[in-house]
Parts: sequence; C-alpha cells; structure tokens
Amino acid sequence: MIENMKEITLDAVVGEASKMKSDGQRLVALSCTQLDADNFDIIYTFDKELVLTNFRVTVPKGSDCPSISGIYFAALLVENEIQDQFGIMFNGLVLDFGRTLYLDEEITTIPMCNNTKAMTVKK
Amino acid sequence: MARTIIPFGPQHPVLPEPLHLKLVCEDEIVKEAIPALGYVHRGLEKLAEIRDFNQMIQVVERVCGICSMLHSQCYCQGIEEMMGVEIPERAKYLRTVWSELHRMHSHLLWLGLFADAFGFESLFMQFWRIRERIMDLNEATAGSRVIVSVNVVGGVRQDLTPEQCSWILTEVAQAGKEIKAIQSTMLSDYTVCKRTKGVAALTKEQAYELGAAGPTLRASGVAQDMRQLKYAAFDKIDFEPVVEYDGDCYARGVVRFREALQSIDIIRAAISGMPQGDISVPVKGNPEGEIITRVEQPRGECMYYMKGNGTKFLERVRIRTPTFANVPPLIAFMPGLELADVPVAVLSIDPCISCTER
Repeated sequence: MIENMKEITLDAVVGEASKMKSDGQRLVALSCTQLDADNFDIIYTFDKELVLTNFRVTVPKGSDCPSISGIYFAALLVENEIQDQFGIMFNGLVLDFGRTLYLDEEITTIPMCNNTKAMTVKK
Repeated sequence: MARTIIPFGPQHPVLPEPLHLKLVCEDEIVKEAIPALGYVHRGLEKLAEIRDFNQMIQVVERVCGICSMLHSQCYCQGIEEMMGVEIPERAKYLRTVWSELHRMHSHLLWLGLFADAFGFESLFMQFWRIRERIMDLNEATAGSRVIVSVNVVGGVRQDLTPEQCSWILTEVAQAGKEIKAIQSTMLSDYTVCKRTKGVAALTKEQAYELGAAGPTLRASGVAQDMRQLKYAAFDKIDFEPVVEYDGDCYARGVVRFREALQSIDIIRAAISGMPQGDISVPVKGNPEGEIITRVEQPRGECMYYMKGNGTKFLERVRIRTPTFANVPPLIAFMPGLELADVPVAVLSIDPCISCTER
C-alpha cells in the first residue's frame, strides 16, 4: 500500500541515498520495525514536490547499518534514535550519541524489541 | 581563543519544554551547538503493542497537546486508508475547521512566546489574550481547551450546530481584527526587527537539504505545505502556502503571523462549504498492511508510518514530528550566533520537545 517502494540491500544504502540527494529529494524519515526475532526493517522515506519515494532494507540482528548522515545531515537524529530503540548500530554517524539520545547509560534493555540487551554505551 | 561550553536548558526561561544544548563558545560567539534530548521521552510508539488501534487515538493525541488534533487526524486518516474507509464529506470539513482552530491557537501561543523571548511582554500578553478566544471555541465545541479529541476512525465524534458555526465565524473575525491591530507592532517595531532580522538565517537550499519542515522551511522560500496534498476538505478549499524569503527569525515569525490570519479564511471557507449529512461511518474489521500518511501541523510536516497485521493491535506506529525535522537545521544555524541571540533563535523553530521525543 506504500507507493514508490524499492527493496535494496544493506550495501546499497549509501549509494541509493546519494542518488536521492543528487535527484533533489528531501529526507523525511527512517522508520524501523522489528520483523521477527532475527531481522529488522528500515524504510527510508524521501520527498520531492510532495511525492514520496521509499526504499526498504532488511537488517539482520547483530549487523551494523551504514549511516547516511554524511549525505543527509538530517538523518543523524533518527539514526541515533534507532540505535536507542532497536539496538542497530550505524557506522559513520556524524554525531553519535552512543545509544544515549533518549536513554540513560544504566538502561540495560532495548525498548522497542523484546528480550534484547542494550549495547554498551560508547564513550 | 579558549573555548567554553555553556549549557542552555533544559530549564530556561524561554523554553516551555526541556531541551538541552551544549553551546561551544569563543567569547560570546557560538561555535557549535550539541543537542541533548531524553527529558520527556515516554515511549508512546511502543504503546501500540498493548493499546488497540482505536485506543491509540487517545495516545497519539497526547504526543503533543498543541498539535493533538492534527496527530489524531493524521493517525485516523492513515487507518482509514488502510481499511478502505471513506469518511463523510461533512466530517472532512469538520476536521478542517478544528485543525485550523488548532493552528491558530498554536501560532498565537508561539507568537506570544516569541515576543516574550526578546523581552516584549505586552506583545506576549496581547497574543495570548487573543488566543483565549480560540481556546473558548475549542472548549465550547469539543469540551476541552487543548486536546479536543474529536477524531475517530471513520469520521469525527462531534458535530457543529448552525449556532456554533455562526459563533465561530464571529469569534475568528474578531480574533482577526485583534491580530491585525497588533500587526504593525509585530512586524515593524524597532525592537522586534532589531532582535530578529538577520538572526539564524537559513538559505532556501540549506533549509531544504537539512530537512526543515513547516514555517522554518517556508520562511526560507520553499513553498511546501502538506495541505497541498488535499487531505480533509483541502481539495475543495483554495489554499496557497505562506512563503517568506529571508530565512531568518523574523521571516519565521511573519510566516506564522500570516498563517494565523490565513486560517481564519480557511475556517470561513470550510464552514460556508460544509455539507449536511453524517459525521462518521461505522468501521468494521482491523487494519492490515502498511501506510505512510502526512498532515501539516502548526509546526510543519508530520508523518505517520503504520503497519497492521489484521489484528486490533498495530505492529508499528512510527511518528515523525516537525520539530524532529527542525533540530538538524537548528544545529546548523547556531554557529556564528551571539550568545544573546540563542533564545530567540531556538524559539524560532517553535520547538516541541514532547513531539520530538514522544
């Protein structure tokens, strides 16, 4: 039911984001969902002249995701939020809160997925 | 020169909500601003796991009081699209009326706070006095001053009588007169111009690239407003986004000032064009599939991503609020500001932290 949706792989994230930037697309949001015990789904949503374009990437639990904050500075908050809430690490974040954007250091479980320990706070 | 880190917030006279900025300064010039969030994070998206899709309306209304009408509208129109529900025409117009009343009271609230931020207390008082008219309308028509709670999946729960419509038109006309009476002060006063013109400016390209939303985006010359998507009754009402071009704090103020007046015209058009008929339709079944839906809140574009699995509980509700989008522009325009301009600059994006953190 979501129009303009394209499935991509983890290693294509940065390339696709660069293409979006070159095309003059504005980053709207990243939406992360836990698919099952082992996988997460991230939808990248872009806007150009009120038309949304999306790409979807499946991230296996324990895998890192490349950050697009170097391409879209606006991604830095939402990528930090996903680190906090889902425990997915983003490599290359321009401003990395080390999973303390919302959560305190003493929090030990990830809020948005069950039975998952929070990663150690990066200093 | 040695650098000093000056904490701004989380408790600060100009901040209605807790936001902390670490301001890296050289002398009195800000070199870098690092935000620190987490003071009002409530995990509201997580509640979708234990609240059914009808109960979630009350949850999303509490993401932010000032935008509550638009949050529930965005949520309901997403669920309705997922379930293939077409709401009655009258409900679309009613949603438009209440959402524009919300925009008016939000902008008047902000204009008052903005005046307060640069020390213009009497202007602050005037904007908030005018705002009371809108709050009274909300209370009389929906039963509550802030969280009007009129949206349900399938339409609205409250109707407006002809007498209420007539009273709304009288009150917003009077509010319009009173707003125009202080227009010259807000837009031309020496103090206002001195404190806001040229402060924290973003070019059109910067605002767009940084993902700015709402008045922050339109003040930099980008004519984008989600009402152009023609949700609710906007397919029947003439609407053009309010755009300014200087991209500074003053321009953001002018956009909101003009939008408050524009909302009066939209309310008039919605009430005059409102058809008779039902205000809601019965809804059966549960939402299934995925949807992305957007509305224009007073602070800008709000996006909901929702995923249903055919049960009464949604698998995921993801809310991207306008202030969340306006934090990166805030980080970008802070370097180079004088420390004394920081409160005005921060307030110029109309920060809503309870929206941002949810």
